[in-house]
Amino acid sequence: MTDEELRDADWPAELRPGSAGRDRALARLHEMALRVAFRELGRRAAAASLTHHEREEVAHDAAADAVLAILAKLDEFRGESRFTTWAYKFVVLEVSHQLGRRYRRTVPPVLVLDAEAWERFEDRMGLDPARDAEARDLAAALRRAIDALTERQREVFVEVVVHGVPLDAVVERRQTNRNAVYKMIFDARRKIRAALVADGYLEIEEGR
Amino acid sequence: MSDILARFLATDPEDVGCTEAIAALHVYVELVADGVDAAGRYPGVAAHLAACGPCFEDYEGLLHAVAADGW
Repeated sequence: MTDEELRDADWPAELRPGSAGRDRALARLHEMALRVAFRELGRRAAAASLTHHEREEVAHDAAADAVLAILAKLDEFRGESRFTTWAYKFVVLEVSHQLGRRYRRTVPPVLVLDAEAWERFEDRMGLDPARDAEARDLAAALRRAIDALTERQREVFVEVVVHGVPLDAVVERRQTNRNAVYKMIFDARRKIRAALVADGYLEIEEGR
Repeated sequence: MSDILARFLATDPEDVGCTEAIAALHVYVELVADGVDAAGRYPGVAAHLAACGPCFEDYEGLLHAVAADGW
């Protein structure tokens, strides 16, 4: 079997233990993962500040971990897409994971909602408390609603939404998964919205 | 009420969350690459990608990887 002869449909069987072409298929998979990882890093704004060496490191780590994930989940591939599309997904996810890990290592956590961060957040949300009393009341109600979140919800909300820390970096720091952090922010948004509805700043029909 | 704040606080009950969206991402991306109405077939995934920045970034990355193969 040459590399060119490895058709999409052949990948799963070739990668299984005991396959005569396994070593070649594994080498080809790693090559493919590395190519996709480098290309993905070239596309990501979060990777723009990486040095050449760091980029190499992230790409190689992402490709190696993606190959391990693909092999571990090979039995879950059901042919709903091309094998390569399914495999690329693991590479893209690993690039996110590696960038999140690198951010967490290099940037200290910011869990505090200080005055400067709050002002920037008000600005981003289109609030202008200096304008009139109504805008001031709304900003104060929003701040009360955030303060009333659970401690974990508030910390995650402040890190991701207010300070703009990449969600994957928070996932890394908390040793959890993306869904758990997303759900915390999702629930926080719902709670804040409900508080603003209760205070008369939003109508119930407006949101879902 | 600021429109930006109202939009930010609105949550979509159809949003399936990260785990389900990622599980279907390879299928969803191929539909998009084929010009099929992926959002119509997977409204919960579409709702999630509209709300979750990191998953949308992965979606764009996968679409880009597939397109680079000359899909």
